[in-house]
Amino acid sequence: MRHIISILIENEAGALSRVAGLFSARGYNIESLTVAPTEDDSLSRMTLVTRGSDDIIEQITKQLNKLIDVVKLMDLTEGPHIEREMMLIKVRAAGGDQRDELKRMADIFRGRVIDVTDSTYTIELTGDSIKLDAFIHALDNAQILETVRSGVMGIPRGEKALRI
Amino acid sequence: MELSGAEIIVRFLQDEGVEHLFGYPGGAVLHIYDALCKQDKLKHILVRHEQAATHAADGYARSTGKPGVVLVTSGPGATNAVTGIATAYMDSIPLVVLTGQVPTSLIGNDAFQEVDAVGITRPCVKHNFLVKDVKDLAITLKKAFYIAQTGRPGPVVVDIPKDVTANRTKYVFPKTVSMRSYNPVVKGHSGQIKRAVNIILAAKRPMLYTGGGVVLANASKQLIEFAHLLGHPVTNTSMGLGGYPASDKQFLGMLGMHGTYEANMAMSHCDVLVAIGARFDDRVTGNVQKFCPHAKIIHIDIDPSSISKNVKVDVPIVGSVEQVLKDMLKLIKAANKQPDADALSKWWKQINEWRAKDCLKYDKSSELIKPQYVLETLHKITKGDAYVCSDVGQHQMWTAQFYHFDKPRRWINSGGLGTMGFGLPAAMGVQLAHPKSVVVCVTGDGSVQMNIQELSTCLQYGLPIKIICLNNLFLGMVRQWQEFFYDRRYSHSYMESQPDFVKLAEAYGHIGMQIDKPADVEAALKEAFTKYKNRLVFMNFLTDETENVYPMVPAGAGLDEMILV
Repeated sequence: MRHIISILIENEAGALSRVAGLFSARGYNIESLTVAPTEDDSLSRMTLVTRGSDDIIEQITKQLNKLIDVVKLMDLTEGPHIEREMMLIKVRAAGGDQRDELKRMADIFRGRVIDVTDSTYTIELTGDSIKLDAFIHALDNAQILETVRSGVMGIPRGEKALRI
Repeated sequence: MELSGAEIIVRFLQDEGVEHLFGYPGGAVLHIYDALCKQDKLKHILVRHEQAATHAADGYARSTGKPGVVLVTSGPGATNAVTGIATAYMDSIPLVVLTGQVPTSLIGNDAFQEVDAVGITRPCVKHNFLVKDVKDLAITLKKAFYIAQTGRPGPVVVDIPKDVTANRTKYVFPKTVSMRSYNPVVKGHSGQIKRAVNIILAAKRPMLYTGGGVVLANASKQLIEFAHLLGHPVTNTSMGLGGYPASDKQFLGMLGMHGTYEANMAMSHCDVLVAIGARFDDRVTGNVQKFCPHAKIIHIDIDPSSISKNVKVDVPIVGSVEQVLKDMLKLIKAANKQPDADALSKWWKQINEWRAKDCLKYDKSSELIKPQYVLETLHKITKGDAYVCSDVGQHQMWTAQFYHFDKPRRWINSGGLGTMGFGLPAAMGVQLAHPKSVVVCVTGDGSVQMNIQELSTCLQYGLPIKIICLNNLFLGMVRQWQEFFYDRRYSHSYMESQPDFVKLAEAYGHIGMQIDKPADVEAALKEAFTKYKNRLVFMNFLTDETENVYPMVPAGAGLDEMILV
């Protein structure tokens, strides 16, 4: 099953490589990984998407907790949560019809065109990963010039919060 | 007063109570060595190879319970230390390893003797640090000692650039340290402990399986009381030997790949298994599908990630083995329930039938020296009271089987990583920590040549280690596997030429002995341990090269599927 694990980790040099190294050394897979400082600049928040059986996920969370730099973590998929990912996608937009169609499509997906040239559109789109996949799927592959995705981030719903 | 980084390191180690530092100098640590020679409180032991420094510190730590401390230079100094660091990591041994680093201004420039020590050691340390500012030095060292010794112990590397050892700042010894991200659990969950005690008291065929965690937690006393109170049989992992006295009648010997018949059979038939400070290593479990098929499993361990990693357990208890056993003892004594005496006596009857197989028997009438005989005689001559360090291979397993350890911290071996070359340097650390005690290194002709240069260190510091080299001209364990599983194709397991070990020992300034007849074994050992009490003696026993370690659970088989002699 797919799990989203949020981690509060000491904002220190090498913290990211400890997490990445743990995954490669133990053969766990990382689907996506994002990291940035929080409102407390001594802490970074990392969001990690991985897949595995319950046993593997249990080991992953235990091994992550064992890292000295990890302050606290939460498996978001254990409760109600919100998941978001941002995508910037540059597409070929040459003719009038094509440009109209792309604009309509972006609107349907609640995306925004953030850069325009004679021959291209760059569209910004936010949502869960499935939505971003659907948008890519809806586009004609030949039109896509470049795709960049932020990786997943997430937050638990309601009062529940990952904080120290 | 301001001190240089180098002076801070030396002062800190003194203030931390460190007595021995195992190391090897080099460019990046010259400031530290300069500070070292201006004091005499902290004793530096100059090894001949950095790997030996880490093993020596490791042996020191295993035999005392105090952290072993190492100082090596950057680049090759650090990489040579890696095997020893990984060895300590696998066996949860507290080490603090200080590695020199090129000056901060040169880091990342492929400077002379530069390696990314923090990167290279990351997968085999409990934690590591790069100190970039002399102001952080003392507190980082404090954290390193704190992390190495608490929770599940392990090695910690502190990488220190040369300019940091030259820069000056005010020094205050940090008496305590607290880290928000690191708070090891000591006390076990009381509800789980209650559940476990109920299951234990209802057991009909119980088994206690205990590991290195009992030794590390200094919980032997509690384990003995626990076992005696319940009357349960006990088996030890290789790392756990000595944690429960081998001469006790409830002891079934070691379990696992080369465990005794009775221990492995009892594991396979028990209905309640209490795993105490053991981690279900593959050498212990054999085929996990066939492991303890009838048992409810209770697992006490300080490291939550050890629990349900290899084998699913029914009652996990995270906490210090010592504390959890104390809490369990209290509950058992207060319970109005007694262990089922009838069931237990039936269980013991069955176990004694397994024992009657005498699975460790060997040919005592052979004209060749049997390695088992050397170890039995060693046990007799040293009254079972020596510190015994071993290398890795057949001799290691024979020592585990035949040197019946009655006390913890006497059996020093590389259990997890299986590092050949561990024995001799580890024995140096043990002998330095216990100058008046008898320290033995049991080794083989393969292993001993991996760190033989340390004979020179032994001379320099007058370490009267007794080296028992069980020389069968083969890499014996490799040969054994090739005999059993590769149709006797002895690929590269035979050493075509060997040094004359007697002359070699003499060349290093020690006593060398060669023993090739069973009848001479006892007299030679006596001579070594009495006449040459204060000298290092290298005893080269020419043993039966066809001898194998039995019993053996072949890889992939269940524990009850042993090959017996």
